Amino acid sequence: MVMFWVALLAISILIYLLLDGFDLGVGMLFGLADGEAGRAEMLRTIAPVWDGNETWLVVAGVIMWGAFPVVYAMLMSAFYIPVVVMLLGLILRGVAFEFRGKASRSRQIWDISFTVGSFAASFMQGAMVGALVKGLQFSNGEYVGGTFGWLTGFSVLCGIGLCFGYALLGACWLVRKCEGPIRDATRRQIPFLAVAVLAFLVVVFTHALVEHLPILRRWIQRPYLFVFPLIGAGAAAVLATSILRHDDYWPFHMVALIFASAFGTLALSFWPYMIPFVVTIDEAAAPHASLAFMFWGEGLFVFPLMLLYVAVGYRVFRGKTATAADHY
Amino acid sequence: MDPTALLLSRLQFAFTISFHIIFPAFTIGLAAWLTVLEAMHQYSGRRVYRTLFEFWLKIFGVAFGMGVVSGVVMAFQFGTNWSVLSKMSGPIQGPLLSYETFTAFMLEAGFFGILIFGRPRVPPWFYLFSTAMVALGTTLSAFWIMVNNSWMQVPTGYVLQNGQFVPDDWAQIIFNRVVWVRFPHMLLASYLTGAFCVAATGAWYLLRRTYRAEAHVMLRMGLALAAVLLPAQLFIGHLVGDYVHDYQPAKFAAIEARWHDEQPASEVLIAIPDSTTESNKYAISIPVLGSIIASMSLTSKEVGLTSFAPQDRPPVAIPFFAFRIMVGCGFVMLGLAWLGTWLPLKHRLERSRLLLWGIFLSFPLPWIAILTGWYTAEVGRQPWTVYGVLRTADAVTPSLTAAAATASLILFVAVYAFIFSFGTYYIYRLLRAGPAGLGGKPLHVPVPNRPMSLADQAPASHSYFEAGE
Repeated sequence: MVMFWVALLAISILIYLLLDGFDLGVGMLFGLADGEAGRAEMLRTIAPVWDGNETWLVVAGVIMWGAFPVVYAMLMSAFYIPVVVMLLGLILRGVAFEFRGKASRSRQIWDISFTVGSFAASFMQGAMVGALVKGLQFSNGEYVGGTFGWLTGFSVLCGIGLCFGYALLGACWLVRKCEGPIRDATRRQIPFLAVAVLAFLVVVFTHALVEHLPILRRWIQRPYLFVFPLIGAGAAAVLATSILRHDDYWPFHMVALIFASAFGTLALSFWPYMIPFVVTIDEAAAPHASLAFMFWGEGLFVFPLMLLYVAVGYRVFRGKTATAADHY
Repeated sequence: MDPTALLLSRLQFAFTISFHIIFPAFTIGLAAWLTVLEAMHQYSGRRVYRTLFEFWLKIFGVAFGMGVVSGVVMAFQFGTNWSVLSKMSGPIQGPLLSYETFTAFMLEAGFFGILIFGRPRVPPWFYLFSTAMVALGTTLSAFWIMVNNSWMQVPTGYVLQNGQFVPDDWAQIIFNRVVWVRFPHMLLASYLTGAFCVAATGAWYLLRRTYRAEAHVMLRMGLALAAVLLPAQLFIGHLVGDYVHDYQPAKFAAIEARWHDEQPASEVLIAIPDSTTESNKYAISIPVLGSIIASMSLTSKEVGLTSFAPQDRPPVAIPFFAFRIMVGCGFVMLGLAWLGTWLPLKHRLERSRLLLWGIFLSFPLPWIAILTGWYTAEVGRQPWTVYGVLRTADAVTPSLTAAAATASLILFVAVYAFIFSFGTYYIYRLLRAGPAGLGGKPLHVPVPNRPMSLADQAPASHSYFEAGE
């Protein structure tokens, strides 16, 4: 039962990373685009799905609360500032979808809040992962690291890294969904973003070596973990060739694969801890009665249904998003 | 634990949840109404239903968006500000809220995109189905929230083990009698909000002498629904009072501003409760009525606040006044709805401009009633967060500093005020422009002078060369 909920939590987080990742990424690239036509087209690629994408964050949050309440309580109190800023970012970008269409003179406000909100949310998510890897101070199950205990050079680095990662994912989504000038402009951004992500990964790895982060020991103990970086490297190679061949379809899937392998790497190097070296999965798990109640209803029946809604949504809006000009 | 951080966390929770409830209260009713309109259009083919559907869908879109983003905050605020509560009650509240997310949020989110953008891409029956699924999602969400909140009001079906509330009877938690009066109470309140907003819009158009056909449909449907639901709501509200009387006597005494045990008890209609002297100033009360309301008896003894230790008493003024405002709103709405349903039978509604003004200006009443109702329930259960078991003061995050809580509260207030003022302004503009804002064009084609308006625009699909995504 515990393993089932660990798996479902991991799957939900991964789905969130991939889905909201691309629409947060589009949000950041949105700030670079000029011209109303281009911006509107970028938005149209994500407008029908962003709400569902963001819901996976709530899914991951409530699974954590229901199945691992101890970890939920510890992490939320440790990440007070980053969670609040992330939520405010998500609010500002979320309302922009509906508001900018209704605005006339105030449209620019929502363009800015869309980009800034996407940046804030992405950066804080990366910073939280970084802080988790770096280690937070707990004592007797309570956070004692101070309001800014999460803020270190390493967590800032991870925040920036995730911004680049999401932007890369978003760029590949745009290439996949758009045609014409937007696609061409975005395609030119991909090599830059990909190199930035690669550079980030190298810096993180070196940093880990220099700092002797405890997580690194796991890697020496468990050499099979290197499978994940290998998958990632393979995906990066396919990504490079597909970009060179001006393929629209494969880049998104390859970046998604890179994300999945990075996530797998991280998750397995935490194992069996949920908060590294502080709380293990078994210590964090809710009582059996809670896990079983969740399992027999939402785990077994509703979760597959949720995947079905997502599939239906993406299927209805499949294919290239039509440009505005096609309408008139 | 920092006492200032506690107060600030309470303010922040009260603020963010008050802000949030405004939108679901509206969209639950509106989603159900949209489903009815779409079904009636598909059944009867009458154009007015389709016009109204497209018109209210745009307003729904804005309100739903604000509801979603302010709702995400709630899911995380339990952990950030109330970590002791979330650790202790996680085994019960976590699964309940995860059921909400799994059964309701995903349903809403999955079909909302189709509702707004998908009409040209799906067959009509599937579009109607999607509308119904969004409505179902909003309703399920309200259900789980009420189960969750009712468990905190009347905790049941648990044992305390290692500092956690461990569930031992889920059926008791979900199907307890408190849930089944509070959930209908909230659902009816939401339907009434939708009904009054729709009717008020109709009245507004009639007053401005525009959109006569649409206005008549809105007024008729809104008022008729309200006229039927309001008596039911008052009755269920009475049942809610019964559970408070049985399970939360201190809250009941605070609502009634009853300081001392009385037999038979009088009913304080209006007064200024004073907690320092433990008495009421300027009270107008009716003898024996208190016993009748509380126990349906002429002789029952009713408990007063002084029967509880001072540290176990709720604040009195807020539940006392909030409850009276809620009930007052209910009766005003009942009067308007009955009068407004009766007059059209005599073809006099359109000429009765005073009543139209009354209906138009009544649109905030359901929201005021919902907010004051919640204040009664939530302030009245203090000092407990899990009633009788966990005090609010013990539930707050121990590591939270006053500085961090101040910063977050300021940020939430600033951002919410910002988006709320723009959001209401945009909704006002949509309502003001009316259904003609759709331009009289084929309905799913964007309006040329506002080509980028998202919700107006359904991206047609052209190249289907990619099969599945």
